[in-house]
Amino acid sequence: MKLIDALWKDAPLATRNEITPKLGFLLTVLLAIVWLIPFLWMGVATLRPASDGINLMAELMPSLKPTLDNVRDAWEIGDFPRYTLNTTIICTGILLVQFVTITLAGFAFARLDFAGKSLIFYLFLMQLMLVPVLLIVPNLKLVAQLGLYDTLTGVMMPFFASAFGTFLMRQAFEAIPTELEDAALIDGASLFQRIRHIYIPLSMPSFSAFAIISVTSHWNDFLWPLMVINSPDKRPLTVGLSVFTATAEGTQAWGTIAAGTLMVIAPLLVTFLIFQKRFISSFVTSGIK
Amino acid sequence: MSLAEPATLPVAASAAPRLHVVRRFSDRFKASLPAYLLLLPSLVFLALFTYGAMGRVFVDALYQRATPKAPVRFVGLDNISAVLADPYFTGAVVNNLVYAVGTAIPSIGLALLFALALARTSAVNSALRAALFLPVLIPMVAASALFLFIFLPNVGLLDYYIGRLLPVLPNWLGDSDIALYAIMVITIWKNAGYYMLFFLAGLQAVPEDVMEAAHLDGAGPFMRFRHIILPELKPTFLFVIVIATLNAVTQVDHVFVMTKGGPSNATNLVLFYIYQQAVEHYDIGKASAATLLTLAVLMGLTALSFRTMANREGGP
Repeated sequence: MKLIDALWKDAPLATRNEITPKLGFLLTVLLAIVWLIPFLWMGVATLRPASDGINLMAELMPSLKPTLDNVRDAWEIGDFPRYTLNTTIICTGILLVQFVTITLAGFAFARLDFAGKSLIFYLFLMQLMLVPVLLIVPNLKLVAQLGLYDTLTGVMMPFFASAFGTFLMRQAFEAIPTELEDAALIDGASLFQRIRHIYIPLSMPSFSAFAIISVTSHWNDFLWPLMVINSPDKRPLTVGLSVFTATAEGTQAWGTIAAGTLMVIAPLLVTFLIFQKRFISSFVTSGIK
Repeated sequence: MSLAEPATLPVAASAAPRLHVVRRFSDRFKASLPAYLLLLPSLVFLALFTYGAMGRVFVDALYQRATPKAPVRFVGLDNISAVLADPYFTGAVVNNLVYAVGTAIPSIGLALLFALALARTSAVNSALRAALFLPVLIPMVAASALFLFIFLPNVGLLDYYIGRLLPVLPNWLGDSDIALYAIMVITIWKNAGYYMLFFLAGLQAVPEDVMEAAHLDGAGPFMRFRHIILPELKPTFLFVIVIATLNAVTQVDHVFVMTKGGPSNATNLVLFYIYQQAVEHYDIGKASAATLLTLAVLMGLTALSFRTMANREGGP
């Protein structure tokens, strides 16, 4: 009870003795523990030796004889280094092209005046509403026609333009005082020089927010790469993990599945724990990816 | 500056000669050229993979092959009626409705609880927020791999710890009456932390002085929640409901990994049905017709919330 009182010491005096908020808080703490259990099991099961047998697999108390055998097995059976490389290529490729497209389009919306501006604005807005995942069937056909079936480029291509990123950059660019650009104009800076030396350096927080959203969502993409990729050596992590899980499930190798899952999510979790604040604020701005 | 304002349209004199209008138009186009060039890269990809894709869905939905090798022929609305008559499709729609309501309400409710409990900034609260947010980050496929074991009969986590309390152990993913609810648990676990962020942001907009005045007037926690916090959170609710609905239609990765739509189609959802038609049955006509129907419903839904979204993006 003391501990809870300590947490409430900055609450308004009148509310400090209310019981309902504290009950809500206790319930939340309880649920937060429940929320972490799958992760806890993943860690414990990864380190559990196979000799413990299937009946102890669910035990959340860590084994006294921890082993890295499961990690080694998953690494060897699952070809995770290759999957990680593919996912990294996909995420980086998408992000680099997106940086170019959203910077240019964001600048046009923020600073230029042109015929049909509101019409084109609505065209962009439409992409936010038409969830790309739903268009897998026509897009698969197009990717095949472009000769990009079973290529990483084919996986990346539908995401090269981003309405969300464009709007984010437009907002960032609009906040930059025009005086800065005027000064550069007088010095004879071209359009691209102004974007490169004034707008981009001053909008780094927005770029990093966008990068976080873009990379996490494409790191996690599953159905689309599953449809586009056929060769085992081009699978991204998610597709690789699903194939791996299906195989290991047959042999009841749950420790190996836990280790494989851990490998897939570890990079994101570590990055999140380091840049927690930045992640949270980026996800708030995301809303719709 | 609002983008919706027509950017200083040239005021055409009523009696202006036709040539004059054309020239003005071309001048205007020339002045707009730099902007068009900047927008071109984005528009090319949007045209190919968003608008073009929409158009191709429309066309593909009108054609069908008699046999897998036969050339396509025009069949009009036959695909649409075939899909509507397909019990697998209608079953998937019903499942999807149950799934949407059954995931949106609990995850939004939990998100609100979490946000209210953790609204004030402290080290403890931000650790708890991080814990609740973790599932948002991980791929649905990874979450499914973990929950496959959690729901495993007899030796899985759920049966090992709480199954002992039940007289008969249910087969969580194998029983067609339970499987859909088991799938929903994963979605709630994965999304509640995401929606919590929006409620946390929304709660910051609740004016401090109004809350203080309410304290002084002796309003209890329920009164404050009902009369101050809830009205203030209305736009957040709308927004989160839209996202939750979109998620209910577009997140099907766990169905693929855990149940493949089974047992006896109890967990088949619309997008998974579309995937099956296209990839497993090579029936592009039916897949497109189903896509078209889903898009129509979603577009109608999002059109309703269009204004909310446009406002959020700082547009008109």
